[in-house]
Amino acid sequence: MSVLALERLTYAYPDALAPALDDVTLHVEEGELVVLAGRSGSGKSTLLRLASGLVPHVHGGSVRGSAVVGGLDVRDHGPGELAAVAGSLFQDPETQIVMGTVRNELAFPLENRGESPAAIARGVEEAALALGIAHLLERPTHALSGGELQRVALAAALVGRPRLVLLDEPTSQLDPVAGDELIGLLRRLNEEWGTTILLAEHRLERCLTAADRVIAMADGRIACDADPAGFLAWAHDHAPALETPGARLLAGAGLGPPPVGVKQARAVLRACGALPPEAAGTAAGSGPPEHRPSPASSCLSVVTRHQDRTPRRPAALALRVRGVWHEPRHSLPILRGVDLAIPAGERVALMGRNGAGKSTLLRHVAGLASPTRGKITAGGRVALLLQNPNDYLVHERVADEASLDALEAVGLAHLTDRHPRDLSGGERQRLALAVVLGGEDVEPPALLCLDEPTRGMDRAHKADLAVLLGRLAATGTALLVATHDPEFAAAVAERVVLLADGAPIADGSAAEVLAGGWYFATETARVLRGAGGALDPDAGAALVRAQLVARAADAHAASAGPRAARGASPTAPPDPRPTEVRRR
Amino acid sequence: MPLRRCASPLHAARAAVGCALCAALALPALLFDSPLVLGAVIGGALATGAAAGAGRPLRRALLLALPFALVVALLNPLITHDGLTVIARLGTLPVLGRIDVTLEALAYGAVLGLRALALILCCALYAAVVDPDEVLRSFRRISFRSALTATLATRMIPVLQRDGRRMADAQRCRAGAAPSRTALVRAVAAGALDRAVDVAAALEVRGYGSARRPPRTRAPFSRHDRAFAAAALALLAATVTARATGTAAFDAYPALHGDWAGGAWALAVALVLVPLAPFLDRRGIEPRAAALASGWGRR
Repeated sequence: MSVLALERLTYAYPDALAPALDDVTLHVEEGELVVLAGRSGSGKSTLLRLASGLVPHVHGGSVRGSAVVGGLDVRDHGPGELAAVAGSLFQDPETQIVMGTVRNELAFPLENRGESPAAIARGVEEAALALGIAHLLERPTHALSGGELQRVALAAALVGRPRLVLLDEPTSQLDPVAGDELIGLLRRLNEEWGTTILLAEHRLERCLTAADRVIAMADGRIACDADPAGFLAWAHDHAPALETPGARLLAGAGLGPPPVGVKQARAVLRACGALPPEAAGTAAGSGPPEHRPSPASSCLSVVTRHQDRTPRRPAALALRVRGVWHEPRHSLPILRGVDLAIPAGERVALMGRNGAGKSTLLRHVAGLASPTRGKITAGGRVALLLQNPNDYLVHERVADEASLDALEAVGLAHLTDRHPRDLSGGERQRLALAVVLGGEDVEPPALLCLDEPTRGMDRAHKADLAVLLGRLAATGTALLVATHDPEFAAAVAERVVLLADGAPIADGSAAEVLAGGWYFATETARVLRGAGGALDPDAGAALVRAQLVARAADAHAASAGPRAARGASPTAPPDPRPTEVRRR
Repeated sequence: MPLRRCASPLHAARAAVGCALCAALALPALLFDSPLVLGAVIGGALATGAAAGAGRPLRRALLLALPFALVVALLNPLITHDGLTVIARLGTLPVLGRIDVTLEALAYGAVLGLRALALILCCALYAAVVDPDEVLRSFRRISFRSALTATLATRMIPVLQRDGRRMADAQRCRAGAAPSRTALVRAVAAGALDRAVDVAAALEVRGYGSARRPPRTRAPFSRHDRAFAAAALALLAATVTARATGTAAFDAYPALHGDWAGGAWALAVALVLVPLAPFLDRRGIEPRAAALASGWGRR
């Protein structure tokens, strides 16, 4: 029986010109783990909000067709009633916590259902144990980290044992470690509890291995509904922006089928003898980079191409941080003797777990906080783009937020009369960037700091941002980008600094740091085990092609030897592909 | 100001008792004009907060409320023309007319400022020592929606404080001229509305909309419950008695007249000491160091 059944469903938000969901027919069966893919604005979140009853009961709008969740018609039952069959978890954990302690937060849904105190106590305990948050039960919710909050919110969604769990980009604010943990947890819940999961996610490489089925949405319609391998094959032909780096790597090398995850990609490469030998000494911070990215047309490699054209940088420093400590009066130090020097025009990615001190360092660099010890010297103005672009937008018109030349620089000059809050997420991010950069009447920044600029962005928007930042860096502005996204870091930065517990633990070229890591590594680097320092699919594909050619040449030489001895003429080198591997 | 969990007898008492104590402390601030009583309420709230380990947030609330109280105090003599003792003639102003500042209006302005300060501190004490989740649980049987609204209002304060701080940081990062105050206020209001919508959505998907009447639970009164309930009752009794007998009366107009006799002083002393008395019994309360080591009371 379907847990979620939509029949020819069309939904439009109030006053919207076009429907957000357009003639959608979808059945999600009991026990499935379904990933919703699609670009921003494709209708993923609306679909999830419909399944939770927020659409239309909270957001309003018009619905046509039928939507049934766990046997309850969405039009007749509000989110309160649907909560018994569908638990929901959204992007921002801070807005989903309503109680003062973790125990009370978990008890709240059960209290709302009128459960007895004994049933509530047991439900809370079991949900806490299942999600590994039993040690947090007595903690006040305002003292939790982002990752802990997201786990607590997930536990609150699961505590009533709903048949269906709806998750809207739950990993977007988590570091790679916490993100992977969350996906693993969902898989375990799906397998052990039989919970049906509907998960919208932009970083598909993170969750495809756990998925039974992928639904791709475009313009409010279902564009593809297939298993993960089928989806990747479809994406290669119809939506390259949704392809995972692993799939692009193999496609670029002319190999197939598209792999669902690192393990499969390696298996394909190993089967055709194209898996390069593991890089020696690619651990973070050691060894020189060998990789120079190859020209490619893929979206997130644009800036790596750009970096090859960047003229030699002047020796002047945009930023020098010397032994900076930040020691709050009533907690442990957040920064512990950070040393960092950034030359003008250099692009640096700052990575590390949630709570490693990335945002605090950026705040110090921008002068929003003062170090308790140490010194920070900047070579000019420091611009800082904080995590939430909405915090910058206070006017009624885009034109009032920033000067025309600043808007032109970020490609928003055509939207001057729009209200900032009517812009898409990516456009708002660019507008906030224009606000901090300023126009020609303001001194250009020597250093631009960005704090998690790709939160909740799809791959295409990330690529646009990477291009924009590359253009800025070419003018001599240094970049310091705090990010959890290794693919974005590889695309935008030439140097990566890894922070842990407030101190840098690795500082080297992007190829050194991101190719040698386990969590803080791109999917290409993980597939190729850091070989050649290749970070993006195009560079990886070039490496694999070279490996294939070398192997073919070896095979040819090996077969030519006996033939020459027998006086036979050489022929074309044999195809190195094993029979089960398809070449595109 | 979020609840600051500490190992204290007041935190160990049930939320209803904590509410009753805060209300009993705030009541004299509403019923009496006497600066002595108002000062005693302020002292009582600060002392109770300090005894409960919430001295710092209360001091912060005091510092934040002082400018507001000062404005109230200074505004009254400008807009009130009552009082016999003119101490300054400021001439005629366009909207306010002739301004004669009287000693009585100045004194009553100070009374109003003190009252604002006392009420703000009682609210701050409530926010710092009473668990809003428990308030919700205690009062949901009576009126679930009102209880939830009150609880969330308390919880929204720190959330909006954080939003405000973030927004202020963002404005400091602007390259051009700072936006006008009107634009900022509008943006802050829009942000608060967004937050409210988010919280409403979170409540809905947690089943709030279909909340059923919870089963009745009876927990026995602890000695801390009894002690603080007795303190609240004692405060209430002292307040009502003093009000009925005209003790600590104070009139600003037409001329300053106040009761500064022994009864007024006794009431003031009671307002400071009675809420502190239950703190003498610390049986079952972990010492502060041990509480901190176990994570209780950590920021």
